[in-house]
Amino acid sequence: MYKLRQQFLAGPYLIWIVGFILLPLLMIVYYAFTGSDGSFTLEYIAAAFTSETNRRSIALSLELGLICTLICLVLAYPVAMILNGMHLKNQGFVVFLFMLPMWMNFMLRILAWKLLLSKNGVINSVLASLGLGRVSIINTPAAVVLGMVYDFLPFMLLPIYNAMTRIRTDWIEAAKDLGAGSVTIFFRIIVPLTASGIISGIVMVFVPSLTSFAISQVLGGGHVLLIGNVIEQNFMQGAQWNAGSGLSFVLMIFVIASMAVFGMIDRDGEGTAIW
Amino acid sequence: MIKKSFKCIAATAFVLVSAAGCGSAPDSGKNPENTITVLNYGKYFDEEALEQFEEETGITVRYEEYESPEEMYTKYKAGSIDYDVICSSEYMVQKLIEEGEVLESDFVHMENYKNLDESILNLCASYDSDHVYSLPYFYGTLGLLYNTEEVDAATVSSWDCLWNLPVKNEIIMENSVRDTFTPALVSLGYSINETDEERLKEAVEILTQQKKDDLVYAYYVDETSDAMIGEEAVIALCYSGEAALAMEENGKLAYAIPDEGSNLWIDSWFVPKTCQNREAAMEFLNFTCRNDIAEKNFEYVLYSSPVRSVSENMPEEYRNNPAINPGSEVVKNCEIYTALSDEVTAVYSRLWQELLSY
Repeated sequence: MYKLRQQFLAGPYLIWIVGFILLPLLMIVYYAFTGSDGSFTLEYIAAAFTSETNRRSIALSLELGLICTLICLVLAYPVAMILNGMHLKNQGFVVFLFMLPMWMNFMLRILAWKLLLSKNGVINSVLASLGLGRVSIINTPAAVVLGMVYDFLPFMLLPIYNAMTRIRTDWIEAAKDLGAGSVTIFFRIIVPLTASGIISGIVMVFVPSLTSFAISQVLGGGHVLLIGNVIEQNFMQGAQWNAGSGLSFVLMIFVIASMAVFGMIDRDGEGTAIW
Repeated sequence: MIKKSFKCIAATAFVLVSAAGCGSAPDSGKNPENTITVLNYGKYFDEEALEQFEEETGITVRYEEYESPEEMYTKYKAGSIDYDVICSSEYMVQKLIEEGEVLESDFVHMENYKNLDESILNLCASYDSDHVYSLPYFYGTLGLLYNTEEVDAATVSSWDCLWNLPVKNEIIMENSVRDTFTPALVSLGYSINETDEERLKEAVEILTQQKKDDLVYAYYVDETSDAMIGEEAVIALCYSGEAALAMEENGKLAYAIPDEGSNLWIDSWFVPKTCQNREAAMEFLNFTCRNDIAEKNFEYVLYSSPVRSVSENMPEEYRNNPAINPGSEVVKNCEIYTALSDEVTAVYSRLWQELLSY
């Protein structure tokens, strides 16, 4: 009886999943494998690799996604170490500080970057008044990477920081007692123990940057066409639902594959526990 | 296992049933005798003029607004409200005419029909040859907004300035397929409704070269006027309405329609199949064509009006502003977008993505 009632409570969520996740996914798969006349075709799946536009966009998305992930990792790892080394009493406050920017809508923050970076924007005005040269990175891939790093950095920082707080200081002390130098401690103890955090950080940065389209739209000014933008164009401008679904399907496979690869490395599965 | 899948099916069925329940809600859109429901773009009709109409005729107007033609289409197709009169862009009106959603009306014999400009009516004929489906309300052009301190009027008198401007990174193009194809097609001497793939490829080559030469600062839509006000670029491809707004904010900006011609858009009224009160609907449309009302609406919206007295009576500064009053010579040179077939649309969007991916 109790069990039945418990299952009943899951009902609304089940309806939600079926109606807004499962059905749309099935529709994408349906459109991906059919032509505009409704007959079965692999044309739109193949188009992801045969069309030069799509190949170039996928390559650019992978490239920018990797660069963004790498920069996030390089920025976040030392910060996490420093924060952990500060031995703050209220660790929740630190997490709060890093969550704070995420309380504001990410599109608004990207629009703010656009104003900062634009040709006659805030940064260039300040530089000009100091007699320095201008930066003209708006509407280039560099601006898009900057926006992605800015948006996704907390997703890298938090899992790494979480993993680090789990390293007990006596382990480090024991290593020191046994004669390990700080380099050895870093590579033999800290890095392996934070591996799960690094991996979940990489997944949580790489996947959204691979699929992002809004950031490249705003900061790329039409010069940076990521695979997400091609899909958006297919649906919103060209009414090419089948082509858009075909690309979405291929992109989903990319995402699942990358998560599977990282999941295999991160066998203990601790890393994703940041929420 | 069987139990589990049964639960899934039950849940799905529940969703479907509740969705169907929404669809068959009691019909609340029925109009009483002397009411009409009007659907129009946001901020596109002077409220005072609406009140005047209600006072003069005793007809109550239920006025609804929308943002984009696609939104209007969804609202109309949802069918929960029976609209009597709708105003929208010409390509959407064409689409609805082709779908058989528009009723034939006797606009030509309306009292105030004679107030309308012949040249605009002739352009409407490209999609409504007998003038029985649509009645023009406002129109405008696609042209060049430019900074008069950096570029002179002679430069922007031809679309060629977009392909050979001496300074780099100073042009803003439209981030929409057809509007960016238009200058290239016109430059080549083709129609803006070109359907031949080889010719479209030629147009894309011009646009790709423009991008390779680093002439394009960005492809924008809504951001264009802000960027031009902020002087981020010296020339922008944009619509006259947007240009007029930008020119009010920054005195250095001016608008020009190149001599080769351009696209002209027309927002028109039409009476959809859902109309419940045709007599009042016609009375409303006749009212919008009245000289004093058209002038009132013009002052509110500041777009070009097909009612002749508007351009005759507007202040000098408006008349000399091509963003507000393109003039009949320019209008003759312009073309209207016609709806493209699905195959041609696919060609356009494929070439467009090729351009963007460079």
